Amino acid sequence: MNDIDTEHPLDLESKRVSVKKPEKRYDMQGEMPDDKRVQTAMRNFVRDFGYIAATYMESCIHCGACAHACHFHEASGDPRHTPIWKLEPFKQAYKREAGPLAFFYKALNLKHKVTVEELQEWQELIYDTCTMCGRCTLICPMSIDIATLVGMARHGMFQAGLVPHELWAVAERAEREGSPLGATPKVFEDRIEWMGDEHDVEMHVDEDKADVLVTMSSIEIQKYPESMAAMAKVLNHMGLSWTFRTDGYEATNFGMLSGNSAWQKDMSMKMINAAIACGAKLLILPECGHAYGALRWSGANMYGKPLPFEVKHISEFLAEGLQSGQIKVNKVDRSVTYHDPCQVSRRGGATEAPRVVLGALGADLREMKGAGLMNWCCGGGGGVLTIHRADDLRHKMFRIKMEQIEATGAEDVLTACSNCRQNFDDNQEYHHWDKTAHSLLDLVADNLAE
Amino acid sequence: MDLLTFARGPALQWSVAIFFLGVLWRLFGVFLLRRKKDYSKPRSTHLWRGAVKGLIVHLWPYKEFRPKVVQSYILGYIFHIGLAIVVFFFVPHILFIKNIIGVGWGGLPNSFIYITGAVTIAALVAMLVKRIANPVTRLLSNFDDYFSWFVTIAPVVTGLMAAAHWGGRYEHVLAVHILSFELLLVWFPFSKLMHTFFFVVSRGTTGALYERKGTSA
Repeated sequence: MNDIDTEHPLDLESKRVSVKKPEKRYDMQGEMPDDKRVQTAMRNFVRDFGYIAATYMESCIHCGACAHACHFHEASGDPRHTPIWKLEPFKQAYKREAGPLAFFYKALNLKHKVTVEELQEWQELIYDTCTMCGRCTLICPMSIDIATLVGMARHGMFQAGLVPHELWAVAERAEREGSPLGATPKVFEDRIEWMGDEHDVEMHVDEDKADVLVTMSSIEIQKYPESMAAMAKVLNHMGLSWTFRTDGYEATNFGMLSGNSAWQKDMSMKMINAAIACGAKLLILPECGHAYGALRWSGANMYGKPLPFEVKHISEFLAEGLQSGQIKVNKVDRSVTYHDPCQVSRRGGATEAPRVVLGALGADLREMKGAGLMNWCCGGGGGVLTIHRADDLRHKMFRIKMEQIEATGAEDVLTACSNCRQNFDDNQEYHHWDKTAHSLLDLVADNLAE
Repeated sequence: MDLLTFARGPALQWSVAIFFLGVLWRLFGVFLLRRKKDYSKPRSTHLWRGAVKGLIVHLWPYKEFRPKVVQSYILGYIFHIGLAIVVFFFVPHILFIKNIIGVGWGGLPNSFIYITGAVTIAALVAMLVKRIANPVTRLLSNFDDYFSWFVTIAPVVTGLMAAAHWGGRYEHVLAVHILSFELLLVWFPFSKLMHTFFFVVSRGTTGALYERKGTSA
């Protein structure tokens, strides 16, 4: 599957980092006959089918309510962007191949065979117009977890070589180089050293023994390296034994986002093995939404047994440190609002932690309508941000977020996801907006009480 | 054998058999699928509490979504409750059921049942119009949606016709009414009507998953 060579250069200068806009798109990988492509897609979709996914497939009543919860549909008005419609060919495949009535559908040929053209059309629906934010589950009268089903559809699409050009390129790079965005172990080490010097903070790299293993997202390493300094400042302030490890640091997991389960496992196992190697009791996940879902909720399943250490998102770690008094901070005299990263809040359950942090900082928190569970996704997650083809709708969609934020009247916007941050930065530039999202971790690190 | 005898005899036996076997087949076809063990550390282990909560919470749309979907919910409740009343509280229906299973219960006045039947039909027609008029539901809809609608409304319409002694000889209309209900029974296991059972499973499953993750739903 190497016909998209990752010679495709990265674009690290723009507000959002991805591969440079391809002159010619290759949205189909590998050589295989159309029939085989379709079969592969469907087989890999139904392969992981267990009781939960089947229940969801059986329950849809085609009420269309999910359209109203989806920011893509709300921005485009295109009925094809209705969340459950994004799974239509896969629903057909389930009914024909895997459901309890499969023999019946097959024998009577009641569900037509999906074609490769349909799958190509659906690539846009499965990748460009779904951030797997899970808001549709809340409006669904059957509470179908459509985001999880889209993740499964991506498994099929990846194996069939039907991944959008950029997402395939960064995922392949992540598997080969250890980072989707060029933050190789060497680059990582250099940048830690740079940040240590720049901020005059003691860094710990590749310690043999440490209680805490700190991981990062490639977006932070390449674009917001101050986060590494901030992380170090807080951990040093707490007097903890901690380390970065060059053999397990990259948490974003583009294997998961692109739909390659084997790569997803490789990426998770690097961090898991690094934590075990240094005897860590705690692994801290960075400000990255999908990283949280990937390791906190799927990591142990990749490992095949419970993890021998705790996994916490940085916001949870900060909240506990502030509550226990291990972290002492000065008051922040600003009005702020908090953008919930979907995978941490709605789909991750760590919704209260950032509120605890902002409370401890004494900030005047002005919540957006529907904050927490109901929050609108910024539109950058799930790999969407890497895909140039998706830009127009992503920019249009961001108006929902801007309006939500403006309505609060808050001076600053904070979040705990670097992918959300780069989507905010990119949209700030596009819309000539006077705001963008800032890091919760940076805010804590900047206000530590000595 | 005349039509009514057929409807009350073999047609009834066959349709009830297909209904029960079909429903069990489809439910167990899903229940017996592999359940993967989840090794992630749960925030809460009160999964049953989460499941029940999920069932209850989704009875009514969240505040944020109400302006968009509350109309459909109201129409939906009207015809679901309407159907339940008409099916289970019309005195002749209760007698029919008592004949078969030996257990009966008190019914509601006929006039109330007729009005309920008419309201149910109105709500179902409104739902169909909405389904066709809305570009989203029009796109999503397939044969199952329309045929399920048809087999749901048909027994109500034919039932009201029989009660009003309208549309031909009473025995014929009654036979058609019973046959239309049997069509519903036969179609049921193969269709979206299975949501009668699956809504509990689906909502409960998500509720339990949310509880496990500590999502405040």
